Amino acid sequence: MIRDSSWYSRLFDGFNYVFLIIFALLCLAPMVHIFAVSLSGRAPATAGFVSFWPIDFTLENYEEVMGSRTFSRSFIISVLRVLSGTSLNMVLVILTAYPLSKTPRAFKGRVFFIWFFVFAMLFNGGLIPTFFVVRNLGLLNTLGSLILPGALPIFSMILMMNFFRDVPKELEESAFIDGASHWRVLWHIYIPLSLPAIATLTLLSAVNHWNAWFDGLIYMTDTANYPMQTYLRTIVVELDLTNVGIDPRDLQRLSDRAIRGAQIIVATVPILVVYPFLQRYFISGIKLGAVKE
Amino acid sequence: MTLRQYMRRAWPLYVMLVPGIVFVLLFRYYPMYGVVIAFQDFSPAKGFAGSPWVGWDNFEFLFTLPEFGRVFRNTLIIAVAKIVADQVGAVILALLLNEARLLLFRRTIQTLIYLPYFLSWIVLGGILLDILAPHGILNQAIANLGGERQLFLGSNSWFRGTVIISGFWKNVGFSTIIYLAALTAINPVLHEAAAIDGAGRFRRVWHITLPGIRPTMVLLAALSLGDVLEAGFEQILTLYSPAVYRTGDIIDTNVYRVGLVSAQHSLAGAVGLFKSFISFFLIALSYYLADRFAGYRIL
Repeated sequence: MIRDSSWYSRLFDGFNYVFLIIFALLCLAPMVHIFAVSLSGRAPATAGFVSFWPIDFTLENYEEVMGSRTFSRSFIISVLRVLSGTSLNMVLVILTAYPLSKTPRAFKGRVFFIWFFVFAMLFNGGLIPTFFVVRNLGLLNTLGSLILPGALPIFSMILMMNFFRDVPKELEESAFIDGASHWRVLWHIYIPLSLPAIATLTLLSAVNHWNAWFDGLIYMTDTANYPMQTYLRTIVVELDLTNVGIDPRDLQRLSDRAIRGAQIIVATVPILVVYPFLQRYFISGIKLGAVKE
Repeated sequence: MTLRQYMRRAWPLYVMLVPGIVFVLLFRYYPMYGVVIAFQDFSPAKGFAGSPWVGWDNFEFLFTLPEFGRVFRNTLIIAVAKIVADQVGAVILALLLNEARLLLFRRTIQTLIYLPYFLSWIVLGGILLDILAPHGILNQAIANLGGERQLFLGSNSWFRGTVIISGFWKNVGFSTIIYLAALTAINPVLHEAAAIDGAGRFRRVWHITLPGIRPTMVLLAALSLGDVLEAGFEQILTLYSPAVYRTGDIIDTNVYRVGLVSAQHSLAGAVGLFKSFISFFLIALSYYLADRFAGYRIL
């Protein structure tokens, strides 16, 4: 890096550092505030005295959340969903990407199959028809309604396919000469060589499953089957929505404010746990997205 | 090579595709057939095949509703404002971060600004509903400074702004990373040569850094065309309320309410099909432009 030591350049540096710090803190402030609220006593939280540091520090709110059966049930449903949904996503992404990564010579019909998937990505039947398809298949109130409709994330599959295309062809050619089948080539050559891409897509798929809530809202007609984020919606969003701008009723729910904060934080923790890994793979993930012919 | 010889090696390739095809047929193509409800008086009991046909009636009715124009306009305004804010903000942030020389500092700032990208709109919405409430921390601060409390989520004068700014909060970190990745690809020799020729810091940004990320800007601009009807369904469904339908109700939230809450399936199906149809051409066009002007291909 070239140094520029003129006064205006240094002045700019100063302003730049200050601006970036303030901007980053602004991005973070709302979350810090909720964290402080969740660790505060109910009374100061309700009264709005808490800013960025807990008042009357307590873990009571968290104990209450953890002790709630509704909360832990939705948490378990979400964990099951992440485990089964992510595995299903990755199996389908890899199985579909592998044949499509072949040349049209090695895999006849490639062009047709590619367009079959790309068209399915571009054109969307829409919310209402999709809902009735899921209903007609008898999936309402089952885990299947949350993991089967998006079982094959097509865009991820295309990224995987482009990654597979960069695997050197010499490797598989020599394997074929030794009598290996496509199954073995996929398992022993392609998958080991694509672990960074697979890790990236796995993490993104897991995060998406953890964060998803709208499908739970429409497909689970029995609220006992709500995954975590959908359940959280009924707690932190719906109650507040009816109360926007209405003080007396607002007050009534405000007593729960610290507990709501605790639930928001608990729902965020799994993301924070995988965040360092997400970050590590993120740049490679973006390179994955910048594909070439 | 005879077909038999070909199939002897290639048959697993077809077998591997079977599960993907089955799921896509069931959950992507079957709903595409389901768009026929837009031309029917659909009743769930009779299904897609058995409901009576009504031709274009649903669409004719739809276009006479004043609500439809409003919803369409809200969608466009919010989506376009978001795209512009996101792109401009990301370019500025990436340039500023690139000028900060301390690597650890850059990493830390990046880490902080793209954390919200990975949180759900329920979590972010819960946070926003709390801090923007009449007695939330923001209004508390405004009141302490002697200002008047504002209904950031409950008034039509604030709602769109709140949606655009909170969308920026969630997404700008991600877009910034894309530009930063493009910035690292600029050859430092260019900067050194320009410096030797006497170009100051700001001239180098103007003549080297900015042109260096122009392809990325063109690419993201082209791809964003596919998003001009995506105003942020999950975000708005989380944040809005009947008080702000006038400025905040978008196509997707409208389809959800009309179709699944009020059970006017065919009407909502018509709105949804209208959107899917336009989106299809927009996305196809955006990929075409991205290929034409930035050499980007998904395939």
